Amino acid sequence: MTAFDDAHWTRSLGRRVLSDRRAQVGLAVLLVVALSAAFAPLLAPFDPAAQLDITHLQNRPPSLAHPMGTDPFSRDVFSRLLFGTRISLAIGLGAVVLSVSFGVAVGAVAGMAGGWVDAVLMRLVDAALSVPRILVLILVVSLWDSMGLVALTLLLAGTGWFAVSRLVRAETLALRDRDFVVAARALGGTPSRLLVRHVLPNALAPALVAATLGIANVILLEAGLSYLGIGLRPPSASWGTIIQDGAERVTELWWLTLFPGLAILVTVFACNALGDALRDAFDPRQLPRGTTPAPYATEA
Amino acid sequence: MTTPLLEIDDLHTYFYTDNGVARSVDGVSFDVGVGETVGVVGESGCGKSVTALSILRLIRPPGRIEPGGAMRFEGRDLLALSEREMQQIRGNRIAMVFQEPMTALNPVFTVGDQIGEVARIHAGMNKRESLAKAIEMLELVGIPAPEQRAGEYPHQLSGGMRQRVVIAMALVMNPALVIADEPTTALDVTIQAQILELLADLTRRLGTSVLLITHDLGVVAENCSRVVVMYAGEVVEEATTIDLFARAHHPYTEGLLGAMPRVGGERERLATIPGTVPAPTAWPAGCRFRERCPYSWERCGTEHPPLYQIGGGHTSRCHLAEEPEHRLHPHPPLAAQAGASAA
Repeated sequence: MTAFDDAHWTRSLGRRVLSDRRAQVGLAVLLVVALSAAFAPLLAPFDPAAQLDITHLQNRPPSLAHPMGTDPFSRDVFSRLLFGTRISLAIGLGAVVLSVSFGVAVGAVAGMAGGWVDAVLMRLVDAALSVPRILVLILVVSLWDSMGLVALTLLLAGTGWFAVSRLVRAETLALRDRDFVVAARALGGTPSRLLVRHVLPNALAPALVAATLGIANVILLEAGLSYLGIGLRPPSASWGTIIQDGAERVTELWWLTLFPGLAILVTVFACNALGDALRDAFDPRQLPRGTTPAPYATEA
Repeated sequence: MTTPLLEIDDLHTYFYTDNGVARSVDGVSFDVGVGETVGVVGESGCGKSVTALSILRLIRPPGRIEPGGAMRFEGRDLLALSEREMQQIRGNRIAMVFQEPMTALNPVFTVGDQIGEVARIHAGMNKRESLAKAIEMLELVGIPAPEQRAGEYPHQLSGGMRQRVVIAMALVMNPALVIADEPTTALDVTIQAQILELLADLTRRLGTSVLLITHDLGVVAENCSRVVVMYAGEVVEEATTIDLFARAHHPYTEGLLGAMPRVGGERERLATIPGTVPAPTAWPAGCRFRERCPYSWERCGTEHPPLYQIGGGHTSRCHLAEEPEHRLHPHPPLAAQAGASAA
């Protein structure tokens, strides 16, 4: 049984999230982004990898035929952006789902087990956290001959779970000795039940917030790596690779930076807005706007 | 006398801290009979709550129940059971009511769900059956509109209602023993009486034994048939409630009774016991109450008093049982003298 199979809880959680303006905006934006990724082949006017006319269509500013201009290889930037959305989102979601799941598992185990298990796991995490993530990424990516989508996602996931595990461990430690967890133990709860039902649901809010921020961060990292020219190999399009194509002449070829940059900005912002809303929704003391708090005065 | 429900025999619970070994519970023995309500009184830090947690074996490292003692419950020694067997006893045969109803409930689940959880654990009920059981329990503890309340979250209930929910959770499986650790301390005075009455009424009807832990002798007087007075990790006096109030023997018990406000009594400052409980890492040799005792003499500094039988099942851990003449010459306790010279 999982923390979320409780119908009441899930239903009211959904209600609380959906009644939050930030969540509405965040979800709407992410929905548009996700839909454009899903229907990229239908929406894109051109093949994202096709060099349309290498002599006459290089570096064209936005026009009716090419709403986001063309790049130095005469490819349609709008089409590339749409297809790039698929890759950037896939990497962001994939890496974060993996890293947060792993981080939550490690943190919860360390916090609940305590003792040497906790000590060993957390010293490993400390060591990992002491190395700047971007350095590890640059090192591995440059040593790797040709990094595919899956490998890059795994790499970003593998380097992204440390902070989450610390966060969840700290929450678990605090929760482990909270009265309601002790009470659940006093009523016969097994360790796994205590963890899944009483500790994790209460520790999940920070992990979830970290996850939404993590998506934003991973999208930025991928863009950064691609910008450095060591991310995904061309001709695959991601938001980062498009920016990289125009990186050396940003002032002239501004459309190559502006549009993918805006895509990153809007997506990251939507993720963060959703994260904030989720955090509040996970805290049942925060009632939906417009409802009055339960009357504390009604005494038993 | 018939076999008691719970027999605690020489329980030691130590905490291995950086400041040394805290001997929080240091050789405690007492019984709880079937259907009986026993009070455990004493001030903060005397080992009451640790005793309660030890009975359910809820002591976590660095705490440890030392080998050597025994806790016989329904024919089994709780200290000899595996953790799995212990899980089947917790909430099922022995349940606990915690002090703080504000924090003893999980904020993310409805109260109906949480009450039902006990039935799901121990009676193998499914969600629907357990919710019906929860509503039945809410009704039993006197919460109006139980169907509606079952779907509410703890923060939507008042403190008194939450404590009713906690009591409901404890009684779901109709346990043989309920340990109530200061169940009313966190509540308004007006609600305290209601909650205690509810607990007394339900346990009387169900034939449940209660171990009522409190620092309030008034609560003991109204609810308990027998009292165990704890001080510095030890039982210092045990008697029937009537006996204790009429003939308190141990100077600590005397002090506690003297510190109680009395209706109709003269309006004077409440008596206090000077000094504080010594640190559990360094119990003094001899009598642990000596510093605060108005009768102490040389023997108290050297010889740790045993529990003396003083008749009719009344026991007291005080040398006055052998040398009652020292009661005739009270003096300011050593702690008060030290305080006066320091000031």
